[in-house]
Amino acid sequence: MKLLFYYLIFPGFIFASVIGLLTVWLDRKVSARVQWRQGPPWYQGFADIGKLLYKEVIIPEEAFGSGFIAAPLFGLASVVLAVTILCVSFFSMSEGFIGDIIVVWYLFAIPAIALIYIGSTSGNPLSSVGVSREIKLLLSYDLPMIIIIVMMASKAGSFSIQSIMDWQRINGSNISNWYGIISFAVAIFCIQAKLGRVPFDLPEAETELGSGILMELSGGVLAAYELSKAIMLFGLPMFLIILFWGKGIIGGILLYLLIMVLLILIKNTNPRVRIDHAMKYFWGWMSGAAILAGILAYFGV
Amino acid sequence: MDILKKSFKKSIWVFHLSTAACNNCDIEVLELLTPRYDVERFGIKLVGSPRHADALLVCGSVNAHAKPRLLEVYRQTPKPCLVVAFGSCGCSSGIFRDSYSIVGPLDKVLKEEDPDVKIVYIPGCPPKPEAMIEGIVMGLGAI
Ligand code: SF4
Repeated sequence: MKLLFYYLIFPGFIFASVIGLLTVWLDRKVSARVQWRQGPPWYQGFADIGKLLYKEVIIPEEAFGSGFIAAPLFGLASVVLAVTILCVSFFSMSEGFIGDIIVVWYLFAIPAIALIYIGSTSGNPLSSVGVSREIKLLLSYDLPMIIIIVMMASKAGSFSIQSIMDWQRINGSNISNWYGIISFAVAIFCIQAKLGRVPFDLPEAETELGSGILMELSGGVLAAYELSKAIMLFGLPMFLIILFWGKGIIGGILLYLLIMVLLILIKNTNPRVRIDHAMKYFWGWMSGAAILAGILAYFGV
Repeated sequence: MDILKKSFKKSIWVFHLSTAACNNCDIEVLELLTPRYDVERFGIKLVGSPRHADALLVCGSVNAHAKPRLLEVYRQTPKPCLVVAFGSCGCSSGIFRDSYSIVGPLDKVLKEEDPDVKIVYIPGCPPKPEAMIEGIVMGLGAI
């Protein structure tokens, strides 16, 4: 009963969707203000989801019907699970389990895998271009992020969220050291790519692929995807807060706002990169920086 | 259901389709996204795929070449959807009316496909941005 409450209401589905959709609004509003526009009202995210639920769902002839509907729901369910695990540990409502940080990071990958499934079965050529880009992007940002996660876990001595937070409570936050600052910068770009935002919005590429991988989604199926993306916009900064800050709700909220500001500014000041540039960037510079941070962490600076 | 219907009016995603317009209307559409007219205030945004669209913004007198494409896109759009006949050409084929290649106007073509299609007419050559915003708002009132 308690677990179901955690999963569905607080801090799971309802709480995370409300915060996530408000964050989507914040993102669009700040982007609009950066461009000297007025921007949408605060309920825009909710209106979009409601509207999509009202509309008809069209399933392409080539697609495998029930899979086409189930895949985004799988994605949504796993993102909610990831956020629940994160928040339950953050608000000290439960102990967590060994290895949960790895589980959470891969639960966040499931929406992308669901999209790859949908895009490749939808029979649309532009979608399949988007699929190939999504797979390459998934492989490229995973490497630096895994280096960072392993580094933080070996600092704390265990792959559990609780022990990473406890370690920081005793020894000071990771972000107050040089290795923390470098790996924080790397992690910001990794989650920017994971969220599929400009400059790494290659799989969707509104202008060149006509929303690529999402092209054949309509109505409720698209709503499930949009909702899981909104929840990820809450969950992934939360993930960084746990890795780099670790304690305190007030500090957490401030860091959350800082991360959002950085994500929005990166989005508004960069053009879209090419996929080979993105791969070179993540496997070269970003992984290099992550390894450098690892060396610094070994010496404790 | 009521709240979902209401949210439909607060979030209109538009797919822009050009069926043999003179290109001036297409340029004018972009004006709606500029800081001065900023339609994102009303939740309106341009999308890249007809599957996501709630409104089809069709510019231009329909010619024989564009007609099958127009019908294809209309069939691909999930219903309920609104069609905006944009500019004099969209409303009545405009100055191209007597040309040999024209099979329009738009409403005639679409009504052959779907008799209860909802069309909003925004006249003008090209219409002013204020007229476009008013047209879309009135169209939403009629849904
Ligand atoms: S209405 Fe006028 S401006 Fe618009 S496409 Fe027709 S001729 Fe061009």
